[in-house]
Amino acid sequence: MTEIFGVPTQALFGQLLIGLINGSFYALLSLGLAVIFGLLNIINFTHGAQYMLGAFCAYLLLNKLGVGYWWSLAAAPLIVGALGMLIERLMLKHLYKLDHLYGLLLTFGLALIIQGVFRNEYGSSGQPYPIPQELSGGHNLGFMFLPNYRAWVIAVSLVVCLATWFVIERTKLGSYLRAATENPALVQAFGINVPRMITLTYGFGVALAAFGGVMAAPIYQVSPQMGADLIIVVFAVVVIGGMGSIMGSILTGFGLGVIEGLTKVFYPEASNTVIFIIMAIVLLIKPAGLFGTQK
Amino acid sequence: MKVTKLAAAVTLAAAAMSAQAQVSDGIIKIGILTDMSSLYADLSGAGSVAAARMAVEDFGAAKKGMKVEIISADHQNKPDVGSAIARQWYDVDKVDVIVDTPNSGVALAVNQITRDKKKAFINSGAASSDLTGKACSPNTVHWTYDTWMLANGTGSAIVKTGGDSWYFITADYAFGHALERDTMEVVKKNGGKVLGAVRAPINTQDFSSFLLQAQGSKAKIIGLANAGGDTINSIKQASEFGIVKGGQSLAGLLVFLSDVHGLGLQTAQGLIFTETFYWDLNDNTRAFAKRMAAANNGKYPTMVQAGVYAGVLHYLKAIEAAKTDDGTKVVEQMKKMPTDDPLFGKGRIRADGRKLHPAYLVEVKKPSESKGPYDYYKIRATIPADQAFRPEKDGGCELVK
Repeated sequence: MTEIFGVPTQALFGQLLIGLINGSFYALLSLGLAVIFGLLNIINFTHGAQYMLGAFCAYLLLNKLGVGYWWSLAAAPLIVGALGMLIERLMLKHLYKLDHLYGLLLTFGLALIIQGVFRNEYGSSGQPYPIPQELSGGHNLGFMFLPNYRAWVIAVSLVVCLATWFVIERTKLGSYLRAATENPALVQAFGINVPRMITLTYGFGVALAAFGGVMAAPIYQVSPQMGADLIIVVFAVVVIGGMGSIMGSILTGFGLGVIEGLTKVFYPEASNTVIFIIMAIVLLIKPAGLFGTQK
Repeated sequence: MKVTKLAAAVTLAAAAMSAQAQVSDGIIKIGILTDMSSLYADLSGAGSVAAARMAVEDFGAAKKGMKVEIISADHQNKPDVGSAIARQWYDVDKVDVIVDTPNSGVALAVNQITRDKKKAFINSGAASSDLTGKACSPNTVHWTYDTWMLANGTGSAIVKTGGDSWYFITADYAFGHALERDTMEVVKKNGGKVLGAVRAPINTQDFSSFLLQAQGSKAKIIGLANAGGDTINSIKQASEFGIVKGGQSLAGLLVFLSDVHGLGLQTAQGLIFTETFYWDLNDNTRAFAKRMAAANNGKYPTMVQAGVYAGVLHYLKAIEAAKTDDGTKVVEQMKKMPTDDPLFGKGRIRADGRKLHPAYLVEVKKPSESKGPYDYYKIRATIPADQAFRPEKDGGCELVK
């Protein structure tokens, strides 16, 4: 069998695929962050908690109301997105004109509160969430056993990411959004309700996080910590990709997933630091991120 | 310069005075240094604080006129954070004893600080057998379990039933390294082979990469030298990747009741591992579990929390007998007196600080066998106290002559 640095190529394919799967979550979450930052100028530190809320929403729907995975996939993002819009209306909207730091502090504080409440109620070990029947089992690809659910994760997040990019960069609605962030007064003068559009955008970003949470529920434990562990990495992804760049965050999300996956093979001890090393290097060479533009 | 010298003299004098007094400053202050928010919070955390409170209550401190105060802090699984809290507790807050402290990395740091400050450290949550081996201290008691005991109980049981080739997924810090080392020794001693190991960072979310490497090794047994949330995620994802269906078996080397609860019996059934406490052993343990559940959000106690209870109880008895709260003297007294508590029964503490009690090899029930939440274990074997832990002479502890 051929080998690369002592690792059989067969095994390497498996690791690349797993990297892509983890990258899908990075992409989904960093995409939401990028949308919110790009259009609202808010660094949404509640994103991890909202991802966790999505998973818990699915868990509660299943265990309290008997609502299964497929309905949750639609319902949880709607519910959590609506909660997000409430936060935007009640709190965030007062901060747009202030420094980024205020939004960051507010959202960070909210995240701590939400996580604390859930930890108090459900503990830190988390709750199990079953893989839906239709997607259980898996296929032997020769070089690895690919669980059906993981294949589904890659496919769905790719579709969602590309659709979001398309809407924002290539449609009329997207052009309104982008225009509103450049010059809200002018866009308002054309008769477009800018505050409502911003609320909806925040709701959409949050819904993306919740959607990621539902996708993650069957793979990881549904636990109050799940978002806090992920959000730091995702922020690094956004910084590397370039704050606010939609395509940048998608590509970096998948790319870094793969790099992290390879690190787990060649030097596993560094697998939870490699992303930050890359972030440091990128910031030194290109402070605006790989796909970002200096404002 | 003069001022510093004067201050030093005053401090020395004050220290000398307090050593003479029966209980320094009249209050026995117990600090529960634990994981309050992360992957070990359910197996220790708030439950450990509740257990310590119960011990103080059951000891009858108030009736005996002893003032006992309990404080707690979150060490966030970082040795530097844990060390800073321990120093502040000892130097400023007049804490007399630090209890619990899961995470061997933090525990080894606190072990050293406690020794330097001549206080007392009753560890229940950490696993590294080095705490009573090369890092042993006259100020530390290691109560509940350790890596040698886990390896000896689980490892040898599995090798003897045919699991003779192993691959390890190891938490990459002091605890994982110790558990891997002790288990490898047991596997080799019983005629098994170790095919490899991969070191995963603590608090990893996705284990699929590591599981795939373990799968590729073709080892019969995949040994999980990790704990808490890491164990839960590796077991859960192993089932997703069809590892057990493919003919390999998982050996959870350190599994707690809270982990099984988090996994659910559907996923956890059939796992074999070693514990020193289970709530459903006898009337005493059942009564304790009921009280704990009432005090801790309905959660039944883990062996770590049981160890906190028993350790604090014995510590208070030792203070009563020795009539001092001087750390070194109290630990000496704890070792002198036989232990007796409702959870672990009668036992003793060795010169190296190791508390001795029986260990239980347990198997997780099938969902159909369980009568309800927390009815999870079948006891497969009891390992008597004198065989459950590493022989005193093998640990390399300097206190053993």
